[in-house]
Amino acid sequence: MERETGTWRVKSGMAQMLKGGVIMDVTTAEQARIAEDAGAVAVMALERVPSDIRAEGGVARMAAIEKIEEIIRTVTIPVMAKARIGHFVEAQILQQLGVDYIDESEVLTPADDAHHIDKHGFTVPFVCGCRNLGEALRRVSEGAAMIRTKGEAGTGDIVEAVRHARSVIGEMRRLTTLGSEQLVAAAKDLGAPIDLLRVVAETGHLPVVNFAAGGIATPADAALMMQLGVDGVFVGSGIFKSEHPDRAAAAIVRATAHYGDPAVLAEVSRGIGAPMRGQQATMIPEADRLATRGW
Amino acid sequence: MVTVAGSTSAHPARPRVGVLAIQGDVAEHLAALSRCGAEAVPVRRAAEIDGLDGIVLPGGESTAIGLIAREDGVLDALRRYVDQGGAVWGTCAGLILLARDAGHAQPLIGALDVVVERNAFGPQVFSFETDVTIAGLEGGPFRAVFIRAPAISAAGPGVDVLAALDDDRIVMVRQGRLLATAFHPELTGDDRLHRWFVELCGAQSSVVHA
Repeated sequence: MERETGTWRVKSGMAQMLKGGVIMDVTTAEQARIAEDAGAVAVMALERVPSDIRAEGGVARMAAIEKIEEIIRTVTIPVMAKARIGHFVEAQILQQLGVDYIDESEVLTPADDAHHIDKHGFTVPFVCGCRNLGEALRRVSEGAAMIRTKGEAGTGDIVEAVRHARSVIGEMRRLTTLGSEQLVAAAKDLGAPIDLLRVVAETGHLPVVNFAAGGIATPADAALMMQLGVDGVFVGSGIFKSEHPDRAAAAIVRATAHYGDPAVLAEVSRGIGAPMRGQQATMIPEADRLATRGW
Repeated sequence: MVTVAGSTSAHPARPRVGVLAIQGDVAEHLAALSRCGAEAVPVRRAAEIDGLDGIVLPGGESTAIGLIAREDGVLDALRRYVDQGGAVWGTCAGLILLARDAGHAQPLIGALDVVVERNAFGPQVFSFETDVTIAGLEGGPFRAVFIRAPAISAAGPGVDVLAALDDDRIVMVRQGRLLATAFHPELTGDDRLHRWFVELCGAQSSVVHA
C-alpha cells in the first residue's frame, strides 16, 4: 500500500497529539533532557530564550545546526525549531534536519516585512503566532497546521497572552451568532478567507489546534490559559529563567494537565522557588514589542 | 475476530467507556465513542477508573502521559483494571503505555506482551497515512494515520496480530481484552474500530477468546 506523507491530516493530527501538554523552549541538550523528564510534550530548540533576545538585542535567527541536531539526538519527544517570519530557506534547512514542527516565529527577527512562508509546500508542519482571529485564519490559509496566540514573549507577564486568547475565542463565539450574509462582511473586517470563516462559524473553534504562548511563567498562568479555552501552552523563558527549572517545569506540566482542579494547582505551586522576575509588558515601547511582528 | 457470547441480558445497553484525559487527542476519542453509542467520559483520576466498562488510552506523548499518570496513581489503577479483566484500547502513545517493553526507560502499564519500537518510522516528515487490512474487519481496508508512530517489533504467544504493514511491521494487536493500534482511528471519521471496541466493552467478561 502506498504511504502518503505530509498530508493535511498528518500535519494537523500531529498537533492534536500535543493537546493538553506543555512545549518548552530549550537552548541546550541538557535543558531538553530536563524538559523531557518533567513531562514536556515537545521542546522548542532555539539559540537564546526570548528574554535574552530582548535583553541582548541583535538579529535573532534560526538556531545553530549542531545545537538542533544535538537536541534531536537527546530526546524522544518531538523537537520543534523556530524560523524567521518569511525565511523559507531557514524552513527548508530545518525540514532537512528532521525537526518535527517549525515555528514561524515573531520572536526571531523577521526576514520579510510583507509575506509569511507558503507553508503548504512543506512536508513538515508549521505553527504560527496570532493576536486575533483574522491573523490566525490568514496563517491557516497559508498552511499553518497549528496556531498559538502570541502573548508578549520574554516578559513573564501573562497579560498579552490573555488578551490574545480572549480576542480569538471571543471573535469565534461572535461568528457562531452571525447569519451567513453577515459572514462575508466579517471576513472583510477580519481580513480572513470566507471558507475558513464559515468553518469557524459552524464549529465555534479553529480548524487547527490552538495553544497559548508569550508570558506564561507559573503553574497558575498555564492553568489560566487552559481555563480560558486554549488547547495547551508554550513556555519560553518561564522555565529556564526560574530559580529551579526542573521543579517549575514539572509543576507547569501537572498544572496544565489538571488545569481545572484548584487542589492540584495549589499542591504543584508549592515549593517550586521563585519564578522568572519578568518585565511588565505594557511598559514595553511599541517598537520593541514582538507581538506586532507578522501581518 | 471478536465473538460476543449470548444476548443482551448481562450487557449494559450503553457501555460507559472512559478516555484517559491527561494529555493528547482525548476529545476525538470521546466524540467517536459517543457516535458509537457509548457513554464516553474523560478520566483523570485513579478513582474514576472503577466502574468503567472500558477505557481508551489516546494518542499523545507517552512519556508525558506516563509520568503524570504514575505520579497520580493512575498507572497502578490501570494495572489493577487490566488484572480484573477490564477492556483497554491504546492508540499510538496508548499502545506504548500498554507495552511490556518500549525500549526506553519510561513509566509503562506493561500488560501487553509486546516489544514496541518508538518513533519507528522516523521524525514527523515521515509520518504518513495508508490503507491497512485488519483481520476480521468488515467493510474493506482501514485508512490508517501514523504520526511519529511506534511499531511492534515482537509479540508474545498470547498476542493476536490483527494488522501489519507491507514491510511486516506489526501495527495492530489484541491480547484478550486488550487492544492496541499504532495508528489513529480517531482522526479518520471511520468509526468501525470504535464500534468494535464499544461492543467489546459492552460484552463484559462474556467475550469468548478465540
